[in-house]
Amino acid sequence: MSDHDHDHHHEHDHSELSETQLRVRALETVLTEKGYVDPAALDLLIETYEKKVGPRNGARVVAKAWVDPTYRARLLKDATPAIAEIGYAGRQGEHIVALENTPKLHNMVVCTLCSCYPWPVLGLPPVWYKSAPYRSRAVSDPRSVLADFGFTLPKDTEVRIWDSTAEIRYLVLPMRPEGTEGWGEEKLADLVTRDSMIGTGLPKSPEDIAK
Amino acid sequence: MNGGQDLGGTHGHGPVKPEPNEPVFHGEWEKRAFALTLAMGMPGGWNIDMSRFARENRPPGEYLSMTYYQIWFAALETMLKERGLVAEDEIAAGHSLHAPKPVKRTLSPGDVAKTLHRGGPTERDTNTAAVFKPGDKVRAKNINPPTHTRLPRYVRGHVGTIERVVGCHVFPDSNATGAGENPEWLYTVRFDGRELWGSQGDPTSKVSVDAWEPYLEPA
Repeated sequence: MSDHDHDHHHEHDHSELSETQLRVRALETVLTEKGYVDPAALDLLIETYEKKVGPRNGARVVAKAWVDPTYRARLLKDATPAIAEIGYAGRQGEHIVALENTPKLHNMVVCTLCSCYPWPVLGLPPVWYKSAPYRSRAVSDPRSVLADFGFTLPKDTEVRIWDSTAEIRYLVLPMRPEGTEGWGEEKLADLVTRDSMIGTGLPKSPEDIAK
Repeated sequence: MNGGQDLGGTHGHGPVKPEPNEPVFHGEWEKRAFALTLAMGMPGGWNIDMSRFARENRPPGEYLSMTYYQIWFAALETMLKERGLVAEDEIAAGHSLHAPKPVKRTLSPGDVAKTLHRGGPTERDTNTAAVFKPGDKVRAKNINPPTHTRLPRYVRGHVGTIERVVGCHVFPDSNATGAGENPEWLYTVRFDGRELWGSQGDPTSKVSVDAWEPYLEPA
């Protein structure tokens, strides 16, 4: 195990975490010996979510919606097939709904009961998304949560929180940043952050990526 | 269940702390715990609602002190032991000590990509008509099952508006106990912040949950 084998968000007794590490290793050996799992399949699962499936997928969806009005309309009408057009589908994204941010409406996604998150377009959720501070306050005090992200919404903007209590997964379509007229999809995708697609942040500006 | 997982509106958890440049996994054991959980779904024979119940069904203090992959891993151990697929003495020894139980299928490396791509859609055909339509006022029922439910406490008893008829979907409360999928109509129900949180609610906020028909009554 590497030196990075510690959790950054919960302070745990070191021996307790070591015990978890040992038990995970022991269980993998037992399940492999019994023929229930194939370690090569485990490696592939890990590689898929470490290297292939992540927020870059969602960024491509958003960028396409920014440049192509007919795609945007399809995405907002029925996101699952629109996202499948670009090749993203499946586990934890079987039924996706896209939520359009406007100057008057800001959307924000949470799962208060567990960790539901649109894997095919955003990958696996960050620790904060699954943690008690976010899951508790996103629904009751959304602006204070946005403040934790250093983000202030205009006072008269409606904040709409979507609690993912069923198998519907939500993807926020943020507003296209100003100063990006004529930009192509790949360059626009560089502006789309993971948090802007959860609703806890905004896309980067052209100035941000020029830095 | 009214457990530690039902966090909406609870206090005292402190600020959200985003980690800059967060890696997908924090350490090797999280990777293996994640992959084992996904890979065992097929031979284990449980469904997603049973998994969720196995994760939340622990003392709230314990739930809140564990990291998310610790919760996943603990639930995996529970489900394996409940079904007699693994015994505690085997985990302690780090080796299989008992003959394996026959399982229907395992996940081969060649099946990983297509299994993930297929996922597990939960929409089902139905002959029934949806009771509610967009714009209808509904009250979330005051239910308190000790088993798995997806109706969070913070909306129970409150009045909202049907925003969308989603479709007919597997009913988790039934699926989690092994009583079958029993699909029910699913709705997106929107609540005003002030309806949920009183005068402390943000008047510019609205919150929606996705709620199955048995969770709702006309208001």
